[in-house]
Amino acid sequence: MTLRVSRRQFFKLGAAGMASSSMAMMGFAPEPAVASVRHFKLSGAKITRNTCTYCSVGCGLLLYSRGDASINNIDDIYHVEGDPDHPVSRGSLCPKGAGVLDFIKSRSRLSHPLVREPGSNEWKRISWNEALNRIARHMKDDRDANFVTQDENGNTVNHWLTTGFLAASASSNETATLTHKVVRSLGMLAFDNQARV
Amino acid sequence: MRGDQINLQNIVARSATTEPSPQVRHGGVEEVTKLIDVSRCIGCKACQVACSEWNDLRDDVGECVGVYDNPMDLTPETWEVMRFNEYEDEQGNLEWLIRKDNCMHCEEPGCLEACPAPGAIVKYANGIVDFNSEHCIGCGYCVAGCPFDIPRISKKDEKAYKCTLCSDRVFHGLEPACVKSCPTGSIMFGTREDMHELAAARTDFLKGRGYEKAGIYDPAGVGGTHVIYVLQHADKPEIYGGLPEDPRISPMVDAWKGVTKPLMSAAIGLAALSGFFHYATKGPKEEPEDDPDEEKASEAREEDK
Repeated sequence: MTLRVSRRQFFKLGAAGMASSSMAMMGFAPEPAVASVRHFKLSGAKITRNTCTYCSVGCGLLLYSRGDASINNIDDIYHVEGDPDHPVSRGSLCPKGAGVLDFIKSRSRLSHPLVREPGSNEWKRISWNEALNRIARHMKDDRDANFVTQDENGNTVNHWLTTGFLAASASSNETATLTHKVVRSLGMLAFDNQARV
Repeated sequence: MRGDQINLQNIVARSATTEPSPQVRHGGVEEVTKLIDVSRCIGCKACQVACSEWNDLRDDVGECVGVYDNPMDLTPETWEVMRFNEYEDEQGNLEWLIRKDNCMHCEEPGCLEACPAPGAIVKYANGIVDFNSEHCIGCGYCVAGCPFDIPRISKKDEKAYKCTLCSDRVFHGLEPACVKSCPTGSIMFGTREDMHELAAARTDFLKGRGYEKAGIYDPAGVGGTHVIYVLQHADKPEIYGGLPEDPRISPMVDAWKGVTKPLMSAAIGLAALSGFFHYATKGPKEEPEDDPDEEKASEAREEDK
């Protein structure tokens, strides 16, 4: 069936539609005014304690990651804030620490070992195993070549003066003790951390 | 429901609606307040970074114009800025006054008053004034209604944005992101009562240190605010990057919402009513529905069948 609409009826319909939509727009047919708060973005996140990498103060960080470490998921950090239980910072952070998420996500951040061979101007990606073996090899060779067992007065010493070690100032006491034992037992004297850099 | 996420029932005010808000859940709800102690601020901007990080905002990188202000002003994607002011006091000493500028969360919010979009601006029982961007129509009335010049309209989606006082964090039992990050304790958060107590103690301390005009900024013109300042020179708030001395909601907003709107409604109602009476007394204007040409009219009737 065809709906017959005369010119007059067409104008009437148009006017009625216009009037009712205008009334609705002017608030005579209000839609329910609901209020909403943004979803809390940390519900269910995995929290990992860590220490800020930037300076020697070593503020405590809480890293919030998506995923519960189940087998089919690669967890991903999506929020970082201060650790209220950390004795140094008690939850506060500086602008660099508060923005550390973008540092973690930065495209220019070094995420794997690289080596630049002597004489080369290119950085080459190597595995962690290769990197650690290489460092150990260099340390051993250097220590064998330069180890000092006697000082100028003839005293027996354990000195390795040609290599230095830079450790982290933000370590726990246990980490610091272990680092100290490893470095000093090798005879290394140049030993420092970024708190003095 | 569009834009609905959490069914919060402790809303005490909503924009542009005569529907009553759910009112009963206010028992035991303490009003919250953020205290910004300008005298302890070092201008490190940790709060700005924490704000952007929490709210998933990454504003465009700007240009350095030779001052510490960065960015130079609030934007739809920067909800708080530090305003750096050099002030020479009566003794000729240079003072560097650094004020964290963000939404003041007024007790009587001008933005909410001015907003014509139902439910786009709400105020919760804890005092937070929040924008529900889903309902925002981008008209910019909130910008005109705000005595502190806080809301900004985004060019990307034509919606207004401002500091939420981290309503999502506060409703989940946390302090706002800026408060948590502050390394000098310049930004504090708690109940209104506790913050006023703390502010009074800080004011006394500053007075003892020679700042005779130290005081609390909690302007009565907007019913008090849920973000209060401790100022070294409370008698001259304008030196802190143009903090208004006696902020009030613009009379234009009152005129628009208080007088014009009911008048307009009355005018429309009157027009509709006179239309109805005209119809009742005179009846509709009679016009022949069929084509005057008898042949064509019968053809049309055949078609209808």
